[in-house]
Amino acid sequence: MDSGRSGSRRLAIRLLLLLAIGLLSAILPATSAAAQDSEQNTESVGGTIRGPDTEPIPDIQVMVTKNGAPIGEDTTDAEGTWEIPLPEPGSYDVAIDPDSLPDSAVPREQGGERLTDVQITPGQQRIVIFPLVNPNEQSDGDEQQGSTPTPQQTGPSFGQRFADALLSGIEYGSVIAICAVGLSLIFGTTKLINFAHGELVTIGAMVAFFLNAAAAGPGIQLIFAAILAVVAGALLGGLLERGLWRPLRHRGTGRINLFIISIGLSLLLRHVILIIHGSRPGSYTDYNIQEQLEFGPFSAAPRDLSILAIALLTLVGVATMLQRTRIGTAIRAVSDDRDLAETSGIDVSRVVLTVWILGGGLAALGGVLFGLAEVVAWDMGFKLLLLMFAAIILGGLGSAYGAMVGSFAVGIVAHLSTLWFPVELQNAWALLVLIVVLLVRPQGILGRKERVG
Amino acid sequence: MDFAAILSAAVTGAIGPVAAAYALAAIGLNIHFGYTGLLNFGQVAFMLVGAYGVAISVSVFGLSLWLGVLVGVLCAIVLALLLGAPTLRLRSDYLAIATIAAGEILRLFYRSSYAEPLTGGVFGLQRFANEFYELNPFPAGEYGIGSITFSNRDLWVMVLGWGLVALATVFVYLLIHSPWGRVIRSIREDENAARSLGKNVYVYKLQSLILGGVIGSFGGMVMVINTQSANPDSFDPVVTFFVYTLLVLGGAGRIAGPLLGAVVFWFVVVFFDALLRQAIAAGYISSDIIGAPQAGAVRFALVGLGLLLLMVFRPQGILGRKEEMVLNGR
Repeated sequence: MDSGRSGSRRLAIRLLLLLAIGLLSAILPATSAAAQDSEQNTESVGGTIRGPDTEPIPDIQVMVTKNGAPIGEDTTDAEGTWEIPLPEPGSYDVAIDPDSLPDSAVPREQGGERLTDVQITPGQQRIVIFPLVNPNEQSDGDEQQGSTPTPQQTGPSFGQRFADALLSGIEYGSVIAICAVGLSLIFGTTKLINFAHGELVTIGAMVAFFLNAAAAGPGIQLIFAAILAVVAGALLGGLLERGLWRPLRHRGTGRINLFIISIGLSLLLRHVILIIHGSRPGSYTDYNIQEQLEFGPFSAAPRDLSILAIALLTLVGVATMLQRTRIGTAIRAVSDDRDLAETSGIDVSRVVLTVWILGGGLAALGGVLFGLAEVVAWDMGFKLLLLMFAAIILGGLGSAYGAMVGSFAVGIVAHLSTLWFPVELQNAWALLVLIVVLLVRPQGILGRKERVG
Repeated sequence: MDFAAILSAAVTGAIGPVAAAYALAAIGLNIHFGYTGLLNFGQVAFMLVGAYGVAISVSVFGLSLWLGVLVGVLCAIVLALLLGAPTLRLRSDYLAIATIAAGEILRLFYRSSYAEPLTGGVFGLQRFANEFYELNPFPAGEYGIGSITFSNRDLWVMVLGWGLVALATVFVYLLIHSPWGRVIRSIREDENAARSLGKNVYVYKLQSLILGGVIGSFGGMVMVINTQSANPDSFDPVVTFFVYTLLVLGGAGRIAGPLLGAVVFWFVVVFFDALLRQAIAAGYISSDIIGAPQAGAVRFALVGLGLLLLMVFRPQGILGRKEEMVLNGR
């Protein structure tokens, strides 16, 4: 017994030593690196051009210009590399000749064959990249991958921008809340972390997209398409419970095994959606362009207000159901103590099935609203999933009300962060809140303290 | 269809540098998941900090590659401490979610325009491993048997990758058969039993997270040294799921599990990839249903299906013992 303990202490000391040595070595050379920079004084720009399959592409023409005047050009060699020496530091335009590209590769964004204002600092040998993709994966230049198209306003006052960000944060939070409530209830009743919940969201949005906007679809008005999508989501939720999770639970599959199975399911569904829908984001045909309405400091499009209203009404409805109806009470009882609920005569299987149907329907509704607020894309649900996780941990695992509170916190943090930080990082801050909360209040805002670890 | 070409592509994939990088990541994850029962779903974060530790040290600060490796290892240790300190006291679910979130946070920050002076943002960093390639002892040319050939460059990366895999495997073998290894396995089986014997479960878990994370960071380093390019988007959460899949396939909690898993996994994945592309090219599958661009997505869908079926029907994988893989989490 003793040897194990002193062994672990020795290991800890060794690790600390390693850490100290590492820290020292990280600080010392940093100073010499600065000195080294001034020694080089030949500026150049270069890079390696790789196709969508990451294989280097030879024989591509690259040109550097400054204010329209040619500075130099090069052709990529067999390893796809090119380099052009520059006369002085400054701002240059670098472009590849689109005609020299093979047919199988195009710039990732339209207009991406030209990089303008490439800043070269004294002595820098700058490497620039032309990301290439397959021709049908090209996106429009203005569609920033993975970030929400929040307009960068410089005109309005800070108060105005704060009010706008707060409102969109609440809207974002309400959409997350609708999706997260189902996830939290499923966790509460079955102890399954359903990693495939994001795909229920995507499928909901996709069903509505197919019915409403797809070329091959019937082109139904969005409200009816949304109702059908919710029905489809509820059916899918029930189907997954009856066809997959219930049989697995009856086999006695471990909780963590179930979690990993849901990850596999998530990967499968997400990429099946990608195969069917393609990587191009789409949007619904209705309610796209609307005038902004003004309410005191707030301004919003009727679309956003409707999303908020629908989401809040749904949340109130879910809360009322949980609080007032028989099945709602049963759901809370099963979440609280499954065995006790079962001995009190509650049909746990039926409750769990109800929760899955409810969760699937809510996720689909959340997907439609999210698709309406932003775009319909194959990985939209997966992006939302981590925020849902953050929300339910923030609020306390397994509590439906906690999930709602946590969702609003996550949504508001994400959007308020854009006041000070780049939009591309908004989800990162929301996730960072999760880690901070785990540090200071691990059971979450509304969670109960329980013995863990 | 040319089956010989498909087979040789699959074999090349199974023993190539990428498989070695994934094997290293899986060996690290095996310490976490297979032996300690920690649900680390952020293994990709360790790979990312390892990879960028090397890339940034060399490209931005002009340090030597070998110092960069040390920086990468150090970053992995710091990450494990930051991640483990709050979450290892909590139930396993929390660790799973916190680690996957941490991986995404790191990727988002590394690719942001903020970090661009250091990480190169979405463009990443390139050509930082020249020092390693200058040491290549193999004269230029192709090496191999029949149609399975590697360039001298690939061969040199493979020597590094599989050499590290061998070292890590021996290290884990010794570790698991030491008193320390017995304690962490007892934590996996019954944390409270270990605690009641006076073991500080928390400290052991933290040590396990650090050790596995450092091995994982070597996986990330091999990955970027192979391509001479570090890009944040090649470290998305799917990489962790791939690592899990191949670990479960080989057998979690077995010494040779990650090694066998990586080889079999990449053989199967590349085999299906090549088969599908050939079938599309030959017109057996209409390009209206699955065109060449979608073939990449099919790979991920199949991996997902494979992970699902494995966990349902054979959670112990090829080598594992079933009773060790009924995990209920504590």
